[in-house]
Amino acid sequence: MTSKSIKITVDQVRHLAKLANLKLNEKEIKNIIPALTSVLKFVSKIQSLSTKNIEETSQVTGQENVYREDIIDDKRMLSQEEALKNTKKKYKGYFLIDAIFD
Amino acid sequence: MLTDKSIKQLSAGLEKKEFSSRELLRECLANIKKYDPLINSIITLVDENEVMEKANVFDREKDKLSVISGLPFVLKDAYVTKGIRTTSASKVLKNYQPQYDATVYKKLVENKAILLGKTNMDAWGHGGSSENTDFNPVHNPWDTARVAGGSSGGAAAAVSSRMAVFAIGEDTGGSIRNPAAWCNISGLKVTYGRVSRYGSIAYASSFDTVGPMAKSAEDLAYILELIAGRDPYDATSSPQVVKKYSQFLEKSINGLRIGLPLELFSKSLDKEIKETILKATKIFTELGAEIVEVKMPIFDYGLAAYYLIAPSETSSNLARYDGIRYGESRENFTPETIRRIMVGTYALSAGYYDAYYRKAQQARTLFIKEYNNILSRCDVILMPVNPTPPTKIGELINDPLQNLLADLFTVTQNPVGVPSLAIPCGFTKSNLPIGMQIIGKMFTEEKLLNIGYKFQQLTDWHIKKPPILNNDK
Repeated sequence: MTSKSIKITVDQVRHLAKLANLKLNEKEIKNIIPALTSVLKFVSKIQSLSTKNIEETSQVTGQENVYREDIIDDKRMLSQEEALKNTKKKYKGYFLIDAIFD
Repeated sequence: MLTDKSIKQLSAGLEKKEFSSRELLRECLANIKKYDPLINSIITLVDENEVMEKANVFDREKDKLSVISGLPFVLKDAYVTKGIRTTSASKVLKNYQPQYDATVYKKLVENKAILLGKTNMDAWGHGGSSENTDFNPVHNPWDTARVAGGSSGGAAAAVSSRMAVFAIGEDTGGSIRNPAAWCNISGLKVTYGRVSRYGSIAYASSFDTVGPMAKSAEDLAYILELIAGRDPYDATSSPQVVKKYSQFLEKSINGLRIGLPLELFSKSLDKEIKETILKATKIFTELGAEIVEVKMPIFDYGLAAYYLIAPSETSSNLARYDGIRYGESRENFTPETIRRIMVGTYALSAGYYDAYYRKAQQARTLFIKEYNNILSRCDVILMPVNPTPPTKIGELINDPLQNLLADLFTVTQNPVGVPSLAIPCGFTKSNLPIGMQIIGKMFTEEKLLNIGYKFQQLTDWHIKKPPILNNDK
């Protein structure tokens, strides 16, 4: 069975952490392996379910293409000051972020 | 205690000036001061003077709008409230001051209900015991060595110990029903889209539902009719007309068909819970309902499907917490939350997507078919809420797999979208609450509340108070 073959390696955890934008140190990586493995083994049970020709469901609202009028709703607008209220790093009324390109 | 009264009784009392909103609030604040040091249900209290001033204004002006006007409530800390710290029980948001209000909060405030505080929970909704919180675990008012359930544990514990008249919880895979059952209150997981999610901090967006928690099905009906409805700010909210739920309560349930998936009762279910729920079915028979045995062969795949889709959605939703616009850095997530993000990232990543995420989304279709099939032959389905009585503090949080198994009976309804009402139905020999859930077709909350109300007319489990309060009148 597939579930028994699940083996999570340190490299895999490192890769996942990178994808998830999580900084894990070596100890955290080691610690998370047994828990991740047991949960993934458990959910692998899904693979024994026969789903041939079954459509996927991603939402249950029964609605599609819900539009609104293309007009500005000023009740939902934040002032510049409000928008910056919860940031720790700002500069002259802007959010300050790390450089993306070297 | 005034807070033992129902919403309808409280509203009538305020109207006739038998007591004031001020008195009611004072009682709640006194209960918070007395019991919350033991229970830890509230993360942020609204300023007492501000709250009392609102009650004063209400008492003076009596511009009564609805049955909840002048009544104190608490909100799960998953709802944003302008100018009131909102944490989702995570250090990541420990200083977050929202710039806008969640729709559900706005509606309650417009109806002149008075917010007392924001309640403790499993961070981001990640848990079933309110132990995965950066603000210390919530303790069960029925036994403070035990958990209150989760993730809306603080909300349930606060209502149970009379710190507020009602609460708003949030249910993604049992988060309203589970703590309601473990704290002996009533809680409603609404149909997906029945109540706006605008301003609700997202866990798994296609499962998340906003619902009321209170002492009885009757109270829930009064709250739901005020918070339900389409919201232009939430495109997934339903345009279906909101029913006057309170007007359906008295309807006879004679001839109602209640599906009982007895097979599920034999697995992983505590014996006392099983016996108690089977006893409860006799009340329904007495009310003229018919109990029909049903089968749910796909049920065994429920946890796997849930624990693939919910972590996948949460790994995406929690990507926004990058510490730039608001909040602290991602290093502040708890181990449980990190695990869920990692599992979701795994299920969505190249090479695993088809075997995990896509497969779970197909399972979701099969669950919808299964529920449709049963609910075309029965009006509702009766099921346990929790597989065990409330666990001791520390038991679940230290065992990731056990933590997940505790959600067995509550995770299959959210992927389908159907509503489910949790109500008290008895106690274990050691006096711990037992709850059951009644699941209905999409948008049939009126039927669930009707059934719950009828059951509560013939039973008194829901009016029993935790021993911690018994010395008080």
